Amino acid sequence: MFDDSNLIVGLEIGTSKVCAVVGELNAEGTLNIVGLGQAPASGVRKGEIVDSGQAEESVRHAIVEAEKMANMEIRSVYLGVTGAHIRGFNNRGVHRVLSADREITNDDVQDVVKNAKAINLPVENSIVHAVRQHFFLDGQDGITNPMGMLGALLEVDVHVVHGVTNRLQNAVRVVKGLHLEVDEIVFNGLASSLALLTNEQKELGALVIDMGGGTTDYVVYANGIIKHTGVLALGGDHVSNDLGHGLKVPLTRAEKLKREHGSALVDEASKGRTIALTNELGLPVRNINLEHLQRIMALRLEEIFQIIAQDLEQAGLMDDLRAGVFICGGCARVPQLAQLAESVFGLPVSLGQTNSISGLKSALDQPEFLAAIGLVKYASLKSRKRPAGGLLNVIKDRLGRYLPLF
Amino acid sequence: MNSTPETQSPVLETTGTPVIKIIGVGSAGVSLLETLNDADFAAAARMAVNTDGTSLEASSAPLKIHLENRLLRGLGTGGDAERGRSLAEEQYATLKSACRGANVILMVAGLGGGAGSGITPVLARAARETGALVLAFVTLPFECEGNRRREQARQSLEQIRAEADGVICLPNQKAFKLIDENTSVVDTFRITGGLLAEAIRGVWHLLTRPGLIQIHLADLCALLRDKNSEGVFAFVEATGPTRSREVVEKLLVHPLLDEGRALAESDAVLISLMAGQDLTMAEVNRVMEQITRQCERAQVIMGAAVDEGLKNRLTVTLIAARHNQPAGATAAEVPVHRGSRAAVRPTTGTAFLQQREQLVKQHAGGGRRKAEAKFRQEMLPLAIISKGRFDKSEPTIHKGEDLDIPTYYRRGVPLN
Repeated sequence: MFDDSNLIVGLEIGTSKVCAVVGELNAEGTLNIVGLGQAPASGVRKGEIVDSGQAEESVRHAIVEAEKMANMEIRSVYLGVTGAHIRGFNNRGVHRVLSADREITNDDVQDVVKNAKAINLPVENSIVHAVRQHFFLDGQDGITNPMGMLGALLEVDVHVVHGVTNRLQNAVRVVKGLHLEVDEIVFNGLASSLALLTNEQKELGALVIDMGGGTTDYVVYANGIIKHTGVLALGGDHVSNDLGHGLKVPLTRAEKLKREHGSALVDEASKGRTIALTNELGLPVRNINLEHLQRIMALRLEEIFQIIAQDLEQAGLMDDLRAGVFICGGCARVPQLAQLAESVFGLPVSLGQTNSISGLKSALDQPEFLAAIGLVKYASLKSRKRPAGGLLNVIKDRLGRYLPLF
Repeated sequence: MNSTPETQSPVLETTGTPVIKIIGVGSAGVSLLETLNDADFAAAARMAVNTDGTSLEASSAPLKIHLENRLLRGLGTGGDAERGRSLAEEQYATLKSACRGANVILMVAGLGGGAGSGITPVLARAARETGALVLAFVTLPFECEGNRRREQARQSLEQIRAEADGVICLPNQKAFKLIDENTSVVDTFRITGGLLAEAIRGVWHLLTRPGLIQIHLADLCALLRDKNSEGVFAFVEATGPTRSREVVEKLLVHPLLDEGRALAESDAVLISLMAGQDLTMAEVNRVMEQITRQCERAQVIMGAAVDEGLKNRLTVTLIAARHNQPAGATAAEVPVHRGSRAAVRPTTGTAFLQQREQLVKQHAGGGRRKAEAKFRQEMLPLAIISKGRFDKSEPTIHKGEDLDIPTYYRRGVPLN
C-alpha cells in the first residue's frame, strides 16, 4: 500500500473484452500476477474504438475489478494497441564513428538507433516501437552490443512498428478520461509474443498469432529478434458474422453457436447432424446443419491463416520458423484450430500458454489474457533495464541483492 | 471455300531468313517496342498499334496505326478492354493489311488495360489469317493493380491463347521475386519490361542467327503449336570456368520457372545456348543433361550458337510450354477450330506447316465473325450482400477483396 511502484498494470482494450492485469515485480525481478479484471467490451470494432463513451465504461469495469482483486489503486497502465492501420517494417541506420580512438560509446549507439528511426513515415503516422535487431560494425554481422568495441562504421537494423497517431491516441484518450496515466503504448502482438515465447524459442524462430475478436496480430521472431509484424482486421467477430449470415440467425445466437458447436475443421462425425434451435420457452424452432456451421467457420479461419502464410512467404520467413507456430487469443479456444493451422503452415502448432510468469493460475491458463499479461511482462522488462527510478527503488534494489546473504 | 489471295501469298519458308514483324500493342507494348530498337533488330519490321495518340507520337516505329473513332474523342479506351476490342474489330481490315507479308509476327503487349487487352486478341486473329506464325509476348498486371485489371487480363489471355500460335506470358507478380523490394516503381516496370524484351530477343536470335545446331522456324512452331499455353521463359547467363554449372543452377531456382517446378510440368522445352568461340561440346552436354533430367516428360528441342560478341559469357534462353486443358466458356469461341487442330498432331515441321495452311484457309473461308461489337454497358453485380455488423466499419480490403464479406460466400461454397 505504501509503495506500489513495483506494481505494474497492463490494459488491453480488445474488441470483445477489456482486460486489466496487475503484476508485481519483486526484488529479484521476477514477475507475479496478483490481479485480473475483465469486462465485455462495447464501442470497439476491429480493435479500434468507435464509441468512446461505451468503451470508457467497459474499461472502468475492468479496472475496478482488477483493483479489487489486487487490493490496490491503479494509477497508470501500459496500454495495448492494435488495429489495421498498424504496420511493421525493417530499416537500417548508419552512423560514422568520429572519435579519434574509434571506440564505440553509448552516444554512438544512441545516434545510430536514432538514424534508423528517422524514416519517411506519412505525416499522420508515428512510431510505436523501434526494436533493435543486430548491429553491424564495419560490415561485421551479428553484433548484439557494440559498446566498447572498435570500428569506423556502425550500422543497426531496427524493426519499426508504426500506426496512425490519431487512431492510437483515441485509445489513450479513453484511458486518460478515467484519470489514469498511460506509461507507454505497446503493440498487442508484441505483448503476446513476450508472454508466450521463451528465449530459446525466439532464437529458433517462431510465429505468434494472437487471434482476437476483431483483429489478428502476428509477430515473427527469428534468431532471437523480431523480424516481422502484421495486423489483419479479421477475427472471431468475422466468424460469428459469417455464421449469422450463412445460417440466417441473429448475431448473438451465432456467437453462442460458435462457442458451443464450433470447430476449425469439418468433423466427419458431424456430417448430416443437425442442431435444434430453441426459442426463449425452450421449444424447438428450426434445425441447423452442423456441417454447414463448421464449414463456414473452417473456411474463414483457414483464410486468415492463408493470408498470414502468404505474407510470411513474401517476406521469405517461412523457413525460419523452426520452433513452430503459437496461437493465442480468444479464437485459440476453437476446437481443432491447431490441426487447421498445421495443415496451412506445415509447421508444428501449439496453442499458447505462458510459461515465464507465475501467479494466478486461473489467469495464466486463458489464451485471451495473454496479450494483457504480455503487457505486464513488457513493463517488467522495461523497468529492469533502468532500475534507478527514485531513491526508494535504489535502496530496495541494493537491499534485495544483499538480503539473501543473511 | 474461296481462297482469298492473302492466304496463298506468304508461303512459309523454312530455309533462308524469315520475314519477322514485331508489333507493340497498347501503351505498354509500344514502350516495350522502344527497348527493342537497336542494331540487333535492324532486320525486323516494327509496328506500333495504340488508341492513345501521345504514346504513338513518342514511338520511333516506322509504321504506326492509330485506332480511333468519334466516340473516344481522342481519350484512349479509358482502361476498357471491350472498347479496345470493338475498335479493333471496326478496323480489322487495316490491321490485317498491316500484318501481310510476314512469316512470323511477334506481338508485345501489357494486359490489363484497355488497348493491350482488347486489341491483341483481334490482331492475333488478323495476323493468323494472313498466314503468319503468331507469337504473343504479354505481361500480366501486378496484383496491386486491382481485381478489374486482373480479370480483364485473364480474359484477354484466354482469347489470345485461342487466336495466337503461342503465348509467352510474364506475370509481373512473379517477377517481383527478381527485384529488390526497395526498387522504385519506374525501375520495377523497366525491369519487368526488360524481362519480356529478353524473351523476344531470345526468340529473335533463335530465328535469325546461324547456329551450330540450328533451331528452325518449324521447330518453334511445333513446340508452341497447340499448347495454348502460358509458356514460361527464363534467360540466364554466366561467365567463368564453371559457367555451365552456374547457368543450370540459376535456371533451377529461377522464379519465373517456379524454382524449376515449371520444368517438371512442361510438355515441351526449347533451349538455346549461346556463347563465344570457346563454347565446348562438354558444356552443351552438361547443360542439356541436367535440364533434360528435370523435364522427363517433355519433348526437348535444343539449339546452340556462337556469337563473337558474347566473349566468355554463356547465355541460355529457355522456353517451356505446357498443354492447357481448354478452359471454360471464354475459350470456347473457336471450339471446332481447336478440336480439329488437336485431333491431328503431325510431328514433323513440314507436315505441320501444310496442315496449318489448310486450316488457315478454312478459317478465312469461314467468313469473319459478325463482330463489330457495339459499345456495351457493363453489368452491375445483382446481389448486394450485407456485411452484417461490419456494415459501417472501415472495410478490410486484402488484394482487392473485401474480407468482411463471408468467406464461404466469396468462394462460392454452396450450402444447400
